[in-house]
Amino acid sequence: MSLREGASIELRVTPDPYVTIRYAGASGDFNPIHIDEAFAREVGLPGRILHGLWTMAQVARAATEAAGGPDRLRSLSVQFRGTGTIGEEIVISGAVKAGEPGELVAKLEAVQAGAKLVKNGVAVIAAS
Amino acid sequence: MALATDKIGKRYPAVAYAVGREKIREYAAAVGETDPLHHDLEAARAAGFADLVAPPMFAVVYAGRAVWPVLFDPELEIDFAMLVHGAQEFRWGPLVLAGDEVVTEVEVVRIEARSGLGFYALESRSVNQRGEQVCVGTWTQIVRGAAE
Repeated sequence: MSLREGASIELRVTPDPYVTIRYAGASGDFNPIHIDEAFAREVGLPGRILHGLWTMAQVARAATEAAGGPDRLRSLSVQFRGTGTIGEEIVISGAVKAGEPGELVAKLEAVQAGAKLVKNGVAVIAAS
Repeated sequence: MALATDKIGKRYPAVAYAVGREKIREYAAAVGETDPLHHDLEAARAAGFADLVAPPMFAVVYAGRAVWPVLFDPELEIDFAMLVHGAQEFRWGPLVLAGDEVVTEVEVVRIEARSGLGFYALESRSVNQRGEQVCVGTWTQIVRGAAE
């Protein structure tokens, strides 16, 4: 697969009820706001919220799947906004532009129910 | 409360992480990575890799082990209950494979009050057993109410 300037990237993912549990185990981030419904509500959240770095991993996956492999992603920077929730579809989208010689740049965001979870995402991808 | 800006430049001892095959599979499954390079040893070898390939964002696992304890450093005076992850950047070098030994060092690169918020940025530098820099991370945390 070869990604070109002018292409668009899109990935849709719906976080299932146990995704934060699995990600806590895999990443080592056991902050109770992600895994304990009662605790999350006590601190004023609507319920357990997604890990920001899990959402960033979806943005990274959108980039590597479009680019054709993990070795193509040279850098990724994001800003986190809002709180990601379970059960609602997240849409990662962006446009691919020219970058430095041999590189493409994808401007990406992650949106859930009209709210941005990730904004100003910038992926630098090695051109094929 | 004044922020502990005199701690900009503080460095922490290196933390080593041994990258395991099953940990790569576990992490890849948790983030929905289905690329066989992360799951299937034969596929990874057929593609020219010595072992399973870690997804780029696996940096959270090996560098996170060095980064997270820093947020609890009492000298930084971070109110953990008011902490939110504001921004994240990773710049990658060679891919990390199962069997690699990755060593990460962390430095405080920014402590700043802005718009009533405290900004704390940590930089992680991760190097593999051949001395190749596999990832540089910038972890920006925002503390609400820290600079009122």
